Amino acid sequence: MKKLVILGAGTAGTTMLNKFHKVMDPMDWEITIVDHNETHFYQPGFLFIPFGVYKEEDVIKPKRDFFPKSVNVIMEIIDKIVPPENKVYLKDGTELVYDYLIIATGSDIAPEETEGLKGELWQKCIFDFYTIEGAMKLAEFFKTWEGGKLVINITEMPIKCPVAPLEFAFLSDWFFTEKGIRDKTEIHFVTPLSSAFTKEKCAEVMSDYLVEKNIKTTVDFSTGRVDNENKKIISWDEIEIPFDCLVTIPTNKGNECIARSGMGDELNFVPTDKYTLRSKNYENIFVIGDATDLPSSKAGSVVHFQSEVLFENLMSVIEGREMKAKFDGHANCFIESGFGKALLIDFNYETEPLKGHYPLPLIGPFSLLQETRMNHFGKLMFKWTYWNLLLKGKDIPVSNEMSMKGKIKD
Amino acid sequence: MSTIELAGKQIEVDSDGNLKNLNDWNEETASEIAKLEGIEKLTDRHWLVINFMRKEFMEKGDGPTVRRLTKESGVGTKELYALFPKGPAKKAARIGGIPKPKGCI
Ligand SMILES: Cc1cc2nc3c(=O)[nH]c(=O)nc-3n(C[C@H](O)[C@H](O)[C@H](O)COP(=O)(O)OP(=O)(O)OC[C@H]3O[C@@H](n4cnc5c(N)ncnc54)[C@H](O)[C@@H]3O)c2cc1C
Repeated sequence: MKKLVILGAGTAGTTMLNKFHKVMDPMDWEITIVDHNETHFYQPGFLFIPFGVYKEEDVIKPKRDFFPKSVNVIMEIIDKIVPPENKVYLKDGTELVYDYLIIATGSDIAPEETEGLKGELWQKCIFDFYTIEGAMKLAEFFKTWEGGKLVINITEMPIKCPVAPLEFAFLSDWFFTEKGIRDKTEIHFVTPLSSAFTKEKCAEVMSDYLVEKNIKTTVDFSTGRVDNENKKIISWDEIEIPFDCLVTIPTNKGNECIARSGMGDELNFVPTDKYTLRSKNYENIFVIGDATDLPSSKAGSVVHFQSEVLFENLMSVIEGREMKAKFDGHANCFIESGFGKALLIDFNYETEPLKGHYPLPLIGPFSLLQETRMNHFGKLMFKWTYWNLLLKGKDIPVSNEMSMKGKIKD
Repeated sequence: MSTIELAGKQIEVDSDGNLKNLNDWNEETASEIAKLEGIEKLTDRHWLVINFMRKEFMEKGDGPTVRRLTKESGVGTKELYALFPKGPAKKAARIGGIPKPKGCI
């Protein structure tokens, strides 16, 4: 019996489980998936919770609903991986032997990395929206908040879903306008990047929207500490920004089990070949999703594109063939811009987001890098796609390699 | 193709404004670039960081992030920002004549 072990049953782990389960003969293969949490969170939905658009029940489902019957499910904390032994140790002492391992342990926020961030104001007027708890606490806070200085601060790059903080700023503009307190609310977007977004073309468009929506922007701000007493964030070079409500995107890190295994970089991300998705250090280990150190975006859509490449390449390795599939860094993201509209961007390692349209069989086309209602429906539809197609490892009518069709080069 | 003028010579730069050819770099160009970045004089501490950046780039094909610099170069975050205001990794890479580290995007 050969053994395939998958670590983490989030977006990537669940997708890979379903893909391999479909083709692997149960007489020859035992597939095991490990996670410590029974609940699957639809993380893209966290963005909408503070604004009362979604509630907790809209973004959770039992993980087991997405596992095929015959696989081996273990709910326990992963302690560490010991690659030379081909073994995974769980917290309760269980040892799992593997022939092939897929690491899909994702990334989490680490507010404790920044001095004062988890101080006395934490979850009183400092909130995150990258966790369900943070998003719900913020929703409560916004219900009665009467306005003031709202600061949205990215502590450090990389973060998962790099567009989410911008979307949060745009949605705040919409939300406080609808509430009738926009004139009493100053929205301030503070980023360590030198422009509004990681990709230049898109950053220009985003900057225009920020100006148009009267959102103040500070770039090149690397958060050093939070002064709880005077309600300020202070950069490493001593620039101070005051807030009444701080929405923080703390440092993102890979899981501690990666550090315990000695397999990560300084942020616990696993060194991964950017094209094949195989671990740079071990031939029978593949890595997918937010757990990798790839220069691609950490996003659910990216997991989908990676899953097809990983599937093909691991099958090749198993069957003794050369790995042929190549991940091109493809990402596409809807950017919610408020007032029932959104933008769509599509890019990869080499090509910046371009204008034009994105052809999608049956439903499309969607406009690229332009604000439309259609894109907003696309964003909301992603939730259905996520639960019904992506997690189940089914085909989604978008190609994993980026295409230039419909795009306008300038 | 963009160029910058360093010590009276036109030198090619990439789209981030960093030197295009590693061979165009030497300690003198470094001092010139530093001046353009508002750093009048490169001290031993600056050089410690710049040399570490270059070494990492030669070994790995990419310069380190600020976090890695703090952990590995022996210069703390606070001092890094004092030496290279705004963006230590970005600035030290530019002065060190290597491309902008991918982790800083
Ligand atoms: C606010 C927000 C908005 C977002 N919006 C979008 C969007 O609009 N579009 C988009 O495409 N993406 C979006 N994303 C990103 C997307 O959710 C993630 O990129 C995606 O879920 C990554 O999948 P993953 O499988 O790599 O990690 P995860 O889904 O996080 O899964 C990791 C799993 O590993 C488990 N695990 C980790 N360590 C251990 C351990 N030691 N022991 C046991 N189990 C462990 C965890 O419990 C978890 O279930 C958003 C994310 C956030 C936070």
